[in-house]
Amino acid sequence: MNFTFHRKRITGVLVVVPENERSFAEEMKNFNFPEARSLKLKEVMGFDKRRVVEPGVCVSDLVVFGLEHLFDSGRLKRDEIDALLLVTQTPDHFVPPTSNIVQGRLRLKPDMLCLDLSQACAGFVLGLMQAFMLLDQESIRKVVLVNADVLSRKASPKDRNIYPLIGDAASIVIVERDPEDSVIHADLKMDGSRAGALTIPAGGLRQPSTFETAILEDVGDNNLRAKDHLFMDGAAIFNFVQTEVPPLIEGLLARTGVSKDAVDYFLCHQPNRFMLQKLAEKMKVPYAKMPNSVVEHFGNNSGVSIPTVIAYNLATRLLQERVRVCLAGFGAGLTWSAMLLNLGTLSFNAIIEYK
Amino acid sequence: MKSVVEILREIRPEFDFTASSDFIADGLLDSFDMVTLVAALDKNYGVSIPGTDIVPENFQNRQTIETLLRKCGAQL
Repeated sequence: MNFTFHRKRITGVLVVVPENERSFAEEMKNFNFPEARSLKLKEVMGFDKRRVVEPGVCVSDLVVFGLEHLFDSGRLKRDEIDALLLVTQTPDHFVPPTSNIVQGRLRLKPDMLCLDLSQACAGFVLGLMQAFMLLDQESIRKVVLVNADVLSRKASPKDRNIYPLIGDAASIVIVERDPEDSVIHADLKMDGSRAGALTIPAGGLRQPSTFETAILEDVGDNNLRAKDHLFMDGAAIFNFVQTEVPPLIEGLLARTGVSKDAVDYFLCHQPNRFMLQKLAEKMKVPYAKMPNSVVEHFGNNSGVSIPTVIAYNLATRLLQERVRVCLAGFGAGLTWSAMLLNLGTLSFNAIIEYK
Repeated sequence: MKSVVEILREIRPEFDFTASSDFIADGLLDSFDMVTLVAALDKNYGVSIPGTDIVPENFQNRQTIETLLRKCGAQL
């Protein structure tokens, strides 16, 4: 499905990561594997440091911390926020929406829209699309797009397929109308028939959490996981990304008449270094134009990973100049999406620590 | 240049890869080993195995791995 948006832009990016840093070298002993095998995996996948929340910390805690930072530093005013769009797979509660919880904790004005969107690793691009659509309303001038997840709380510490790569974070991205006549193109696809490849089986109403769903089970490959934990069919997801994402991006570029050379950066979701290197090779894009270092510094932080690339890899550059980027998000759903836009100059672009 | 079996032995030294005709079914390689193996094969043979070819069928045994490598332009 193709989308076109006119006169919209991103004006600021703030990423909030927990100060609690874990290291793969220290965590290796949790897994039922020889150290040498884990070290080879570390080298190939880029597992190293990751940021995770302390027990009890929820999405709204990270988001409130980040927004208060923006208020205190004068980069955002409370009464400017016309819409708070919060994309997460790990809400504080089933009811009410986490965006309403954030609104209440910050005492934001009642004359605004709060909306939760259930999306994961593709959630930044989907969130931007929703933000652009909201900005077509005359009453909405500034959208605060939040992506936030604390998936480490849903990962089994005995599951080497998931645990060493998960990071927690929140991003706060300001989206506004562009006074210039800019055009943004996006392509999106979804396939719910493959939803089981990335799921948390228990904890919803289909299979409520019970004593049994919390029991660790031997799921093969020397991994232990409960039904309450996040499950990923790594081979299926890898194949999905390599098969579906390149034609989506290439189709978007062909539709818009933009060559790969004319794109300064391909800013993709950050699952691991190996997957992104193979993606770059498949698309014949230099590694330098498709950054892949987020996972080794912060972990795979779901829908926050693209804002993290923006804030980590292009921190100062985007404060001074504009670049043409192609964003690509892919993950649970299954969902895959790409967006071509000009990014910068931003009024802020930073990473802060949640304490 | 190392042989495919030498590279396999470096990844899982505890197994005899010459005694198995299906590394996946026999439990000699899991999905993460395949990733490690692809990285080692790419480096050793100077090729880039496409991500779409990183599927269990291509890593069943020495012959399927060598077929894949030849397809990618490796000189064995």
